Amino acid sequence: MMLNRKIFRKLLVFLLTIPVFLFIFFPILWLFTASLSTQVELYAVPPHWIPQHPTFQNYFEIFFPSQAASSVPRTFAISILNSIKIASAVTIICIVIGSLAAYSLARIPFKYNRPIQLGILGIRMIPEVSLIIPLFIIASSLKLINKPIVLIITYMSFALPYTIWLMAAYFQSVPIELEEAARLDGCTRLGILFRVVMPVSVPGLVSTAMFIFLLAWDEFFYALIFTSTLAAKTAPVAIAEFVGRYAVNITGMMAGGLLAAIPPILVALLFQRYIVSGMTAGAVKG
Amino acid sequence: MAAILKSNPKRRLSLRQQDARTAWLLLVPSLVVILGVTLWPIISTFILSFLNAPTGINQAKTYIGLDNYVTMIKDRTFWETIGRTLYFTVASVGLEMILGLAIAQLVHSHPWGWKFLRFSLIIPWAVPTIVNGAMWRWIYSADFGALNGLLMQLGLIKHYVPWLSLPNMAMPLVILADVWHMMPFVALILQAALANLPEELEEAAAVDGANAWQRFWQIRVPLLRPAILVALIARTVDAFRVFDIVYIITSGGPAFKTITITYLTYLNTFSYGKQGTGAALSFLISFFTLIMAFIYIRVLYRPEENQ
Repeated sequence: MMLNRKIFRKLLVFLLTIPVFLFIFFPILWLFTASLSTQVELYAVPPHWIPQHPTFQNYFEIFFPSQAASSVPRTFAISILNSIKIASAVTIICIVIGSLAAYSLARIPFKYNRPIQLGILGIRMIPEVSLIIPLFIIASSLKLINKPIVLIITYMSFALPYTIWLMAAYFQSVPIELEEAARLDGCTRLGILFRVVMPVSVPGLVSTAMFIFLLAWDEFFYALIFTSTLAAKTAPVAIAEFVGRYAVNITGMMAGGLLAAIPPILVALLFQRYIVSGMTAGAVKG
Repeated sequence: MAAILKSNPKRRLSLRQQDARTAWLLLVPSLVVILGVTLWPIISTFILSFLNAPTGINQAKTYIGLDNYVTMIKDRTFWETIGRTLYFTVASVGLEMILGLAIAQLVHSHPWGWKFLRFSLIIPWAVPTIVNGAMWRWIYSADFGALNGLLMQLGLIKHYVPWLSLPNMAMPLVILADVWHMMPFVALILQAALANLPEELEEAAAVDGANAWQRFWQIRVPLLRPAILVALIARTVDAFRVFDIVYIITSGGPAFKTITITYLTYLNTFSYGKQGTGAALSFLISFFTLIMAFIYIRVLYRPEENQ
């Protein structure tokens, strides 16, 4: 009797997970099957949930844009490359200069340590829209519009404070005894940082890098304002541009959108544990 | 060694000074960048909000005091936009918190496949905002959308409906898209917090005869309070300045029914050519954010709440 109730309960809870799974997977699976359809089949009423003539044509055209008939695949191919370049550059710069600052704030007691920490936490929350006008004015007078460098620089406004915040939380979790031992052995601060702290902080550096990469990949507002040509346009801008137009290659856009979602999904799945602790780290103090 | 350091205050002081110098050395590159890309622009924006500043680099700017703010406050569009932004914020954050807590609780009760469920939760969050928006725009499409297809096959509609052209449907549909995207963020944070809770308290309460419902509300939720607050504040700040998802799904339409405050700022600055008004609006968004940031810092720096 007791056992039956237990199994019944287990079954009930399990049944509750089904709508959750449906909610999570239905939209994205539909997007995937639709991207495998031909234009004609996409418009079928009632819809073909599983295409009768599935084709990888749309994906093929993005990987080999020279053979594509429309401009959609070519734009996607180039804009995804732009996104990769820009997000990687932002990540590397942030990790290099941000982790130094983070160590200083996490471990060295000096006069303005705390005010700077709080300042950076506050700055992290300034919305992009409040910075865009001056940044736009200076970027146009320096003729930086439509160059990748303008996005790399402006992305620092949200990525760098975030890096510092995440890395400071990580450094605080490194046992202080390690540093004290090195210090007694006559190591300088910089020696401690590079020979003792950095090597044991590799997991923190990797997960922070992933986080920053995801943020930079996702960014849209600056990219919308600062880029409109293929020289620097990122994947989100390309998608937004196509979506607003009628009579373009919709299934091609769907394939492009999914491809743009694959790098962040992979990163998130592979580094899930770190990312979830990163979500909370900005949050619950180490 | 430590004893020597202690007995020699002069040497200790110099170490400390040396430390401070190193600290600044490490900080300088980041501080320069942060000052350049955030502090300087936000101050410029603030100054700009007191100027009459038509877009265009060579246009003359004139000081007009609080005029930008006064015009803004007198404008009905502004208040309608604030109302709409609050509608979006309260509805989407509210749904995300309720669903997020429920799903975190569901994962925590370890049903069959709970590890796979936790694993899957990160997928919607990882989908870029613009891809997410485009996906939902296609789902809502009047010509080929999955929503129409689904409702038709269930026999709920007879003809395809142009969902995004219906004035009262557009905003709820944008909210649904945002909930799909961000609910996992809340669920994952709360699930991680749940996994760290001590079990003894609830076991003791169970022994004392508290039922599951009482244990949930009187023990689990209070212990989760810091995590709930963090998720709530992070989501509220984000939702209040929503732009991307609205831009991609409805472009503010139909008939301005989904224009939010950041969208209005964007339009003023880059479409209507009124940088001063744009600056005033954006400063208002910053002001709200600053208040939220203040609460956030207060929450974070209350030592007794950090377990």
